[in-house]
Amino acid sequence: MTARGAIRRMLRVTGFVQGVGFRPYVYRLATQHMLGGWVRNDTKGVTICVEGPAEVADHFSEDLLKHLPGLARVDSCTVTSEVSVRDWTSSFTITHSEEGSGTGALITPDSYVCVDCAEELFDPENRRHGYPLINCTNCGPRYSIIREVPYDRPKTTMAGFAMCEDCQAEYDSPADRRFHAQPNACWVCGPQVRLLTADGSDTGVADPVSAAAELLRDGGILAVKALGGYQLMVDPGSHTAVAELRARKERSSKPFALLARDSTAVEQHAVLDDQERRLLESPGRPIVLLQARRSSGLSPAIAPGAPTLGFMLPATPLQLLLLDAVAPVLIATSANAADEPMVRTEEEAHRSLTGLADAILVHDRAIHMRVDDSIARVVHSVVEPKVTFIRRARGYVPDPVPAPFPVPPILAVGGELKNTACIGDGHSLHVSQHIGDLKSPGNQHFFADTVAHLSAAFGVTPRYVAHDLHPDFYSTRYAASCQDVQLVAVQHHHAHMASCMADNGLNRPVIGVVFDGTGYGTDGTIWGGEFLVGDYRGFERHGHLARFRLPGGDKAVREPARVAIGLLAQHFGAGAAELPLDIIRQRDSFEVGVLMKMVERGINSPQTSSMGRLFDAYSALLGVCERVGYEGQAAIELEQLIAWDHSPVEPWPLRLVEDEGCLVIDHGPWLEALLADVSDRGLSAAQVSRTFHESVVNAVVEICLRISRTSAVRDVVLSGGVFLNQHLLVRTEQELTHAGLRVYTHSRIPTNDGGLSVGQAMIAAAQAEITAVP
Amino acid sequence: MTEYVVLDHGAGGGMSQELISGTIAAILGDTYIGEMEDSAVLEVSSTRIAMTTDSFVVDPIFFGNGDIGKIAVAGTVNDLAVSGARPLYLTLAVVLEEGFALADFRRILHSIRDTAEAAGVKIVAGDTKVVRRGEADGIFLNTAGVGVLERPIQLSSRAPQMGDRVIVTGYLGDHSIHILSMREGLGFEERVQSDCAVLSHVIADVLDIAGDGVRCIRDITRGGLGTVVNEFAAASSTAIELTESALPVRPETAMAADMLGVDVMYLANEGNLCLVVAPEHAEATLKALHDHPECTQAAVVGSVVTGAPGSVRMVGPEGRSSSVELLYGAQLPRLC
Repeated sequence: MTARGAIRRMLRVTGFVQGVGFRPYVYRLATQHMLGGWVRNDTKGVTICVEGPAEVADHFSEDLLKHLPGLARVDSCTVTSEVSVRDWTSSFTITHSEEGSGTGALITPDSYVCVDCAEELFDPENRRHGYPLINCTNCGPRYSIIREVPYDRPKTTMAGFAMCEDCQAEYDSPADRRFHAQPNACWVCGPQVRLLTADGSDTGVADPVSAAAELLRDGGILAVKALGGYQLMVDPGSHTAVAELRARKERSSKPFALLARDSTAVEQHAVLDDQERRLLESPGRPIVLLQARRSSGLSPAIAPGAPTLGFMLPATPLQLLLLDAVAPVLIATSANAADEPMVRTEEEAHRSLTGLADAILVHDRAIHMRVDDSIARVVHSVVEPKVTFIRRARGYVPDPVPAPFPVPPILAVGGELKNTACIGDGHSLHVSQHIGDLKSPGNQHFFADTVAHLSAAFGVTPRYVAHDLHPDFYSTRYAASCQDVQLVAVQHHHAHMASCMADNGLNRPVIGVVFDGTGYGTDGTIWGGEFLVGDYRGFERHGHLARFRLPGGDKAVREPARVAIGLLAQHFGAGAAELPLDIIRQRDSFEVGVLMKMVERGINSPQTSSMGRLFDAYSALLGVCERVGYEGQAAIELEQLIAWDHSPVEPWPLRLVEDEGCLVIDHGPWLEALLADVSDRGLSAAQVSRTFHESVVNAVVEICLRISRTSAVRDVVLSGGVFLNQHLLVRTEQELTHAGLRVYTHSRIPTNDGGLSVGQAMIAAAQAEITAVP
Repeated sequence: MTEYVVLDHGAGGGMSQELISGTIAAILGDTYIGEMEDSAVLEVSSTRIAMTTDSFVVDPIFFGNGDIGKIAVAGTVNDLAVSGARPLYLTLAVVLEEGFALADFRRILHSIRDTAEAAGVKIVAGDTKVVRRGEADGIFLNTAGVGVLERPIQLSSRAPQMGDRVIVTGYLGDHSIHILSMREGLGFEERVQSDCAVLSHVIADVLDIAGDGVRCIRDITRGGLGTVVNEFAAASSTAIELTESALPVRPETAMAADMLGVDVMYLANEGNLCLVVAPEHAEATLKALHDHPECTQAAVVGSVVTGAPGSVRMVGPEGRSSSVELLYGAQLPRLC
C-alpha cells in the first residue's frame, strides 16, 4: 500500500440503475476488490459508499462502468464526498431503499428475454423449463407492468403473486441473477398461461402453448398476449391464412410485421447488414424495416407490392416458445379493431377480438400500460448509416430524451394522428409511447391515461400545456380543458423543426425544411412544404411550395387522384378535362367536372402548400396509387419505384417566385415536364418518379442556399413525415452537405407527427423563459 | 392582435358559440336572459309565450323548390314550434339592395304570404330599408315571431336523460346540398331538393301523443345534426350515442357529400327536426311522425347512454365507434 492510505468515498449514480441488477453488480465488484461499504437505491438513482485503500477504490471506480448489466445505463457517476479514514470495514452490504418523495430514478423500458433466461427456458433440467413468463433483473417487463414508482413488486401488476420459497430465495440473494427481480416468478407461484376460445371461454387444455401452436400450424389466427398488448399471429407461409387475416382486419394493403426466431431466420427473407442485425438484436426489440429478398417463400400478401419487410425478434418467452413449436417466422401484428388501440386486457380481448382471432392465448400477469411495438430502421445515409425511429414505443419508452436546456414542468399534447404526448421537466423530455389516431374514443382514453401515468410516474405537475394550432384536434380540446395551466399554441411545422433540433441537441437558429402532409398554418391555410428560419423561441416562414387546392379536404387525403385532378385543373383550367391521362380518361366525366368546379370555386377545397400532398398527386398522376389503404401509401409506392437507385438524373426546371417575402416553388413547370415525359417521351413511372424526387432535392438545395446567404444561418434540420422517404432524405442530406451546409436529421425522435410533442415542449419552454423575464 | 369577424363565426360550430357566449351574451350581461334555445319562453301576465327572431341571407334567393321568403317564415315558425308553442304572429323586416328586380320582390312576398297562411300565422308588423348597391346582396330578410304555450310542458335541452331516444324526422343535409349545388352549378340540384317546410303541425301532433315524454326538440339548421346533438349532450351533461346505419340519408345526398368530401352530420336542413323522447314514447312518436309527408323518413338514430358527460359518439358498421365533435369553424382537413 502506498502513502495515500485509506478513504471512504461516496458515489452517486444516475440513469437506468434500478431494477436492472445494478446493486448486485456493485456488490460483486466491491467484494472482488475487497472493499467495504454499502450500496442502496434512492429517489435519484443509486448511492455507493466504498471504504478501503485509495488505489483500490480508484480501480473500483474505473471498473464500475466497464461491465454494466445488460439493461443498465449510467447517465452520470459523480463522487459526492471523499474523506480519509483510519479504519475501514471489509464487509460490503446492500442496504434498504431510502424512502423519499422524489421520483428522479428512471423507470426502465420493457425489454427482451436475455440469453440466460432463454437458455433456462429450453433446458429440461431447469425448474423454469418452458415457463412462459421467465425473467430476471437483466430482462423482462418493466414500464408496461409498473403502476406506481418507486419500482417495487407491490407497485407492479405482479403484486398479487406471492413468491414461492425458491423464488424468494433468489430474490433475496445478492449473488443471484434474480436478486430483487420484481417480476420474478415460476411454474409454482407465478402467473399461468391459458388458451381461450374466440368468445373468451377457457378451453382448459393442459398445455395451452402446444394447443396454440397446433392452431397456428393449421393456418388459424391466434391472438397472443405479448409485452405491451395483444398480437395476432399467423403462419406467414400460408397464403390463405394471411388473406383471411387481411379480410378480418379489414386491412387491404398495409404490411404486416413478422416475428422471427433469430437473425439467421430473418436473413432467409431479408437483406441484413451489421447495423441492422445489431438493431434487431438490441434489448428494445423493435420492428426493423429491411429490404426483402425476392422469392423468400413467404406469402406475398404480407406486404403487397412493398420491397421492404418489417421484422422483429421475440421480446417475450411466450413468443420464443411459439416460434420454437411452429416455425422460425410468424406474422405478429397488433391485435386491435380498426382505429382502436391495441388490446390490453382480457376483457378487451373478449370484446374486440371475437371476430378476428380463432383463439386467444392469455396469461395472468396484467399489462398496466399499453405499449405498441416500436418501428425503426437504418437509414443508409452517404455519410454514415444511422438508426431512426418511425414509431417509438415498447423497449424505448419511457427513456427520456435530453432537453437542450432545462425546462419548467410542461405537458405537450402532440398532434392528432400518430399522437404522442411529452412530459418535460428539468433536463428530461419524457415522450410517451405511440398512442395513435385520436379520432377514436378508445385512443382518447389511452391518451388521457398515459398523460396521467407519466405525470405521476415522474412527479411532474405541468405549469404549461403546449398544443397544436389546429382547433379541431382532440389534443387541442384536451389542452383547453386543463386547469391552472398556461396554454401555449404551437404551429405544427415549427414543432417539427424544434423536435429535430432537440433530437440533435441544437439550441441556435436553424433553417428548418419541414415537409409533411397537413398542418395548420398561421395564416389559416394548410401548410406542409415549408422553409422556416428560427429557433425554439420563434420562426419566420422564408419559403414554401406554391399553394394548391385539396378538393374535398380529408377526402383528398384518402384519394390522391382528387389532388392530382385539382392540380391539373388549377394549371390547365377547363382544358384539364381533355388531357390524355388515365386519371382523367378512366374517370366518370361528371365526377371530373365536379372536382374541377370545386377547385375553381374553392368549394370545400382548402388551400395547401403541402409537399406530402404533392407526392400523393404525382403518385396518382403516374397511375401508381389513386386511393390509399393506409397513410402515406401513395408516396411510399412512388418512392419504392426507385428502389435504391442513386444514379444521377437531371431534375426538371426549377422556377422560384417571390411572394410576400417568401421563396415559392412553382410546381407548374414540373407538371408540364411530367406530361411531356409521360405522353411525348413515353418514360416509365419509375423514371419519372426519380426525376420528381431529384427536382424536389434541387429545389431544397437552391432555397436553403439562398436563405443561408441572407440569414447567415448554415445549419439545416430536415423534419416532417415526408422525410420518411429514404431516397429523398439521403439525397437531400447529400446535396445540402455538398453545398457546404450542416445537415441534421432525426434519430431518436420520429420525423413524423410522433415527434411533434417534443418540439412543442421545447417551444413552450422557450416561451416560458421569455415571459418569465420581467 | 386585432380580431376580426370571419365567416367561420357564422358556421354554427364552436366559433359561433364563442361569439355568442363570449362576446354577445357576455357584454349584454344581465340584460340577456335567453337560454340559447331556438325560442325564448316567457311569462307575460300569467300567459306563457315563446319569442324568437332570425335573419335570412340565403344565396341563391330562388332555388329549386323554394325561396328566401319561404325559409324566412318556415324557419321562424319552426323555431317557435320546437319550444312547444303554437306560432301566432310574425314581424317582417326587409333589407333591399338598390337594383333588385321588383318582380323578384313580389315573387318573394307571394311566397311569404302562402307559407304564413299554411302555417296559420299572421304578419303583424314590418320594416323596409333600401341600401346602396354593394351594401347588401339583393335581399336580406328578418322575421321575429311570437307564439303561445298552451300545454303545461317544458321542453329543454337540459332535459335528456339516460335511456332517452334521439329521433330525426327527415333526410339529413338535403337543403345544404341543394343550395350549394344550385349556387355553384355542380349538377346535383335536380336530384336533391331542399327540405324547406313548415313543421308546426307535426310538432303539435307529436306533443299530443307523447306529451311530456318529449324532452326537447331542435330545428336542424346550420351546423347540422352533429351540432344539435352536441348541444343536447352538453346542456344535459349526458352522453349520446348515434348509430350510423340508422341515419336517414338520401342516396343522392350521400353521393354528393362523398364527392364534395363533406360530412352529412354537419350539413344544414330547413325542415328537419331532432327530438329526444323518453324510450316508452319513441314508438308512438315515430308512428305519429310517419303520418306526415314531410317526415316519412323519421327514424330513431341514437340514444342517451353512459359515457363522458357532453360527449357524442357514433357507432359505425362492425361496431366501430368514433367521436362526433362540435366543429370549431368550417370543416377542415385533419389527416396528415
